[in-house]
Amino acid sequence: MSETNNVSKSKIHGLWALTNRELKKWYKAPVVFALTLIQPVLWLGLLGNALNISSLFSTGSIQFPPELAAQFSPAQLGALSSFFSGLQNQIMGSTFGTTSYISFMAVGMIAFTALFTTMFSGMSVVWDRRLGFLNKVLSTPVSRAVIILSKVLSATLRSMFQAAVILLIAIPFGFAFGAAFTPLNILGVFAMLFLICMGLSSMFIAINIRSTRIETPMAVMNLLNLPLTFASSAFFPIDKMPTWLQAVANANPISYTIDGMRQLLIFNSINYTQLAVDFAFVGIFAAILTTIGIVLSWRFLNK
Amino acid sequence: MSEEVIKAEGLTKVFNHNLVAVDHINFSVKRGEIFGFLGPNGAGKTTTINMLITVLKPTEGKASILGYDIAKQNNDVRNTIGVVPQEYTADEDLTGYENILLCADLYGIPREISKKRANDLLTLVELTAFKDKKVQTYSGGMRRRLELACGLINRPKVLFLDEPTLGLDVQTRAATWNYVRMLKKEFGMTLFMTTHYLEEADALCDRIAIIDHGKIVVVGTPDDLKESLGGDIITLSIKQDVDITNLVKKIEHVKEVKKENGMYMIKSENGEVTAPLIIEALRKEGHVVTKLSLTKPTLNEVYLQYTGKSMRDAADESRDSFFAQRAMMRRSHM
Repeated sequence: MSETNNVSKSKIHGLWALTNRELKKWYKAPVVFALTLIQPVLWLGLLGNALNISSLFSTGSIQFPPELAAQFSPAQLGALSSFFSGLQNQIMGSTFGTTSYISFMAVGMIAFTALFTTMFSGMSVVWDRRLGFLNKVLSTPVSRAVIILSKVLSATLRSMFQAAVILLIAIPFGFAFGAAFTPLNILGVFAMLFLICMGLSSMFIAINIRSTRIETPMAVMNLLNLPLTFASSAFFPIDKMPTWLQAVANANPISYTIDGMRQLLIFNSINYTQLAVDFAFVGIFAAILTTIGIVLSWRFLNK
Repeated sequence: MSEEVIKAEGLTKVFNHNLVAVDHINFSVKRGEIFGFLGPNGAGKTTTINMLITVLKPTEGKASILGYDIAKQNNDVRNTIGVVPQEYTADEDLTGYENILLCADLYGIPREISKKRANDLLTLVELTAFKDKKVQTYSGGMRRRLELACGLINRPKVLFLDEPTLGLDVQTRAATWNYVRMLKKEFGMTLFMTTHYLEEADALCDRIAIIDHGKIVVVGTPDDLKESLGGDIITLSIKQDVDITNLVKKIEHVKEVKKENGMYMIKSENGEVTAPLIIEALRKEGHVVTKLSLTKPTLNEVYLQYTGKSMRDAADESRDSFFAQRAMMRRSHM
């Protein structure tokens, strides 16, 4: 053991090893892995069908009173009936941008899942500190930035995989791609997810790294998760919200992520200006938070 | 390179501007020796080790390992040392083999080299049969051995062991001691360890530093420290009711004679040599020795001498302050 340890290494050595450690805990644990696959099925199957919003506007729910029907000829009634059935799609389209609520919700769910995955992987840093693993890694020549980046990267990769699963599962539930969809758009969706996950997980890691108790980050996460999820367009369109909530939702990067993904996946025509705004907003958010997160964590680790 | 592998000068760590965990300590560790930091919980042992392994930055003072400054050349230090932490840091969800490879990756060791080393180390710590089992199935002793293997993956010149036998049963503790002795003997490694077990420091360490309230109170070999107390204690009684104090005092090596309850307490260096001399001298004068016992001073007496309290009391006394201090250190990152 006296021979010298002359190993050439790059500045980012250990990045994949640490990232893979996090990922292995997930894909090598069959139960955990199965649950991440079952979860979207439950969400889409239960919530997506329970909130079958388009049925509110179906012709079945519109009955002409007999005295009103008597005033029209059968031809006129037929025209009215088809007008109302067209109205259903029109209302859905103008409210949700698509005629299928499940498609609308599935995209919201992708963002929602990304939020949760990044939140929970942020918490793993608390365990790493408690169990002494962090100190162990700090005593090795791994760069401090790599320690944080590996957390960010594993959360990002996991979210992206789960997004793909949600999309695949949503198709049998009636997910309908928009007219403007091409397979290339998937790349755009992943780019969007990558940006938001980088930003979110850097933020959560910076919040968690100072804490040694799991309770504190749990409380913080619970506090953050409600406004981030529901003050966004995840399950309901922003322009139908009260004005004060619109203001919050319009500052929420999750809303921009979701809008961008909806444009790429389910809308019939893509508003490229809006899409550019979405990418710019999420991109800037990610850049700022990743920088802040890494700088804060790095300074903390160099104490 | 100097013979002094580890050198600390005025090393100090203050947490949150008011809690002095380590207070201007100076010591040096020579090549190939097992150096032990002995002290109760909360004395500053782990804080010292964390500074030496570059996890914590010293508030004041400096230290170097093989000439590399722990603050300025921390990456060189990290490449030179191995660390076996107090906690079980191996990932429970991964196998023993995967854990060692992960450690290797952290040092940037290429896969083809690390695979061979991992297998060698698994053989060394006798875990080959369990290498593909998840760590959550391992016993405490197996986990300690795995931590040891991980700490050796970069072929360190200096190995740091923080409380290596904490919470282990007697058998596993003895086995761990054997591994440590082997590392010194076979690989000429320099070892720095902390412990709050007196018998561990005594059995394992070439030299120890007793640390109390963040300060080193004494450094020396266990034997020297025990000698410094004035030697062994021979207790004897004789059949005849006469005072033999002056007679015994004349015998070689004898330093002090006290009579208590009809028993003579004789302080002497090399008690096992002195005792027969005493018996012989007394017999010549016609005295018959009825009882004789020889007590070698233990580190507990040493500890008592230098800190004014026995190890057990110190541990009790410091328990409350220890938890308060640890909570504070955790908050401000240990």
